[in-house]
Amino acid sequence: MAEIQSYTMNFGPQHPAAHGVLRLVLEIEGETIQKADPHVGLLHRATEKLAESKPFNQSIGYMDRLDYVSMMCNEHAYVMAIEKLLGVQVPERAQYIRVMFDEITRILNHLMWLGAHGLDIGAMTMFLYCFREREDLMDCYEAVSGTRMHATYYRPGGVYRDLPETMPKYQESKFRSKKELDRMNAIREGSLLDFIEAFCERFPGCVDEYETLLTDNRIWKQRTVNIGVVSPDRAMQLGFSGPMLRGSGVEWDLRKKQPYEVYDRMDFDIPVGLNGDCYDRYLVRVEEMRQSNRIIMQCIDWLRDNPGPVIADDHKITPPTRVEMKDDMESLIHHFKLFTEGYCVPEGESYAAVEHPKGEFGIYIISDGANKPYRVKIRAPGFAHLSAMSEMVEGHMLADVVAVIGTQDIVFGEVDR
Amino acid sequence: MSERYETLATRIHERFGEQMSRVPSSCGELTYELDKDNLIEVATALRNEAVFGFEMLMDVCGVDYLNYGSDEWTTNDATDTGFSRGVQRGPVILDEADEFDGKRFAVVYHLLSLQHNFRMRLRVFTGTSNPPMVKSVVDIWNGANWFEREAFDLYGILFDGHPDLRRILTDYGFIGHPFRKDFPLMGNVEVSYDADEGRVVYKPVSIEPRTLVPRVIRDDNRYAADLKDANDG
Repeated sequence: MAEIQSYTMNFGPQHPAAHGVLRLVLEIEGETIQKADPHVGLLHRATEKLAESKPFNQSIGYMDRLDYVSMMCNEHAYVMAIEKLLGVQVPERAQYIRVMFDEITRILNHLMWLGAHGLDIGAMTMFLYCFREREDLMDCYEAVSGTRMHATYYRPGGVYRDLPETMPKYQESKFRSKKELDRMNAIREGSLLDFIEAFCERFPGCVDEYETLLTDNRIWKQRTVNIGVVSPDRAMQLGFSGPMLRGSGVEWDLRKKQPYEVYDRMDFDIPVGLNGDCYDRYLVRVEEMRQSNRIIMQCIDWLRDNPGPVIADDHKITPPTRVEMKDDMESLIHHFKLFTEGYCVPEGESYAAVEHPKGEFGIYIISDGANKPYRVKIRAPGFAHLSAMSEMVEGHMLADVVAVIGTQDIVFGEVDR
Repeated sequence: MSERYETLATRIHERFGEQMSRVPSSCGELTYELDKDNLIEVATALRNEAVFGFEMLMDVCGVDYLNYGSDEWTTNDATDTGFSRGVQRGPVILDEADEFDGKRFAVVYHLLSLQHNFRMRLRVFTGTSNPPMVKSVVDIWNGANWFEREAFDLYGILFDGHPDLRRILTDYGFIGHPFRKDFPLMGNVEVSYDADEGRVVYKPVSIEPRTLVPRVIRDDNRYAADLKDANDG
């Protein structure tokens, strides 16, 4: 038999399974990985430094662009860190809206993950199924904020505006018949809440479909069971969080353990894995989608019955309404000050963490009392997960690297920042 | 601050005494500053002793305190000349300086205890040495590896004992440490494709630095400690 020598192979940065711009330098013996050295930073935009050069509110939009598949959760951590420093109270309705959109975002993220992970290891159909549901959730984003992805919807003190009473509808075009148009617009006749409710009723059935395709699928199990096993001790040692930590059997979820907003009033369960392999993390994330669905339903019920303000009434921090601005001198001054200079945040430091779909997403802000943050540090869960890549793939085959990248749910917007 | 955290603070005071000094916080967070020589000893104890049990290190980040608390816009006639020309930028301090201000660079550690559900923050100033240096905590929390590489890359802080201290986020062959406050926001070089040479070349940046919104610090009485108490009482 010919002697096989170990050699070094380059994977990425433009590889379809690299989830963006990951460059991996792999040391391979035959087809077995001995060491993986991820080279990151190809998408580094110095978000933290940019945030330090802008008034607080102008950086909310940058947060969307970190993890660009779970936009509102990123914003949430950022506005929470500012609110902690300002000591501002968020109206209850805004808290429910935030929780609802955090969970919509979680489903969005997990659908993207499931589709891409499936595609990477041979389940083509998943991608099409997942994107079908993602489209509806994107419509929710659009209805509430005007954009499908980069919402900039959360603001310090609440959310930008209340939930709309109408949904945007598909327009007539020469490519669609009247019948087709009516069918597409049928679920868009009511308010946004009606639309989300209709989605929530449909969605558990969709998850069943995904599970029918994958959970007992022999090929899926061959590709994921016992791949990338992480013990609970190692997971903690390596700074894992979110589904990566829960997949290893550690019951830790910030929504339960350090509840923020109104999560303490929500009824939901935390799925935990047993073996810490890719398959368990798959099961955890799928169950999380079902639980998110439950939370959204509870929020819808509350939001229907409890109208109210959605942003704090302190015009030193939040802008006055357009109507007030037109005939009230003080409102005009507030508006002018807020959109030119911004507001000064008292000196101090705060760390706000949310249970982001990928793990613990934290924002650490140091303020020296100015209208711009002195230092913003973004604690991205994917960064810690990717640093464990070498350990997770060691001894596995080359094809398993792709499975591990998939299971880590890597998005380079947040890893590189 | 909640009672649980006060209990923790008392325990920390009993165990470490003068080694750690508590920093007051306005939003109920526990922050300690400690000397860089004590870092390893304290960190090991915080991780291993059952009463503390901080088994997770969530974040390590560098901070540059060069312009802390300084106002960019102190001129009185800036409206005559426009915003960005009225802005006063901080002095440029060359990296070749023999030594830094002892309070310039700091490393901040965010710890999390899963078993007791506590968070805390440690801050270590790197002292006057150039390059700034602290001991690495990779052996205590393995997850610190990339976070320390990042702090090295962006701030030039060396971590003594780190197994693989390479740059991580910036380009191959990058010069300087971009998150230092004396590093320009625009950077120093720009890249473009040179058709004659047939490759991508580096050139000095061609854009003038501009400040769209100057950095201002307003004395806001609502946040003044003595007045705040008076209002609440």
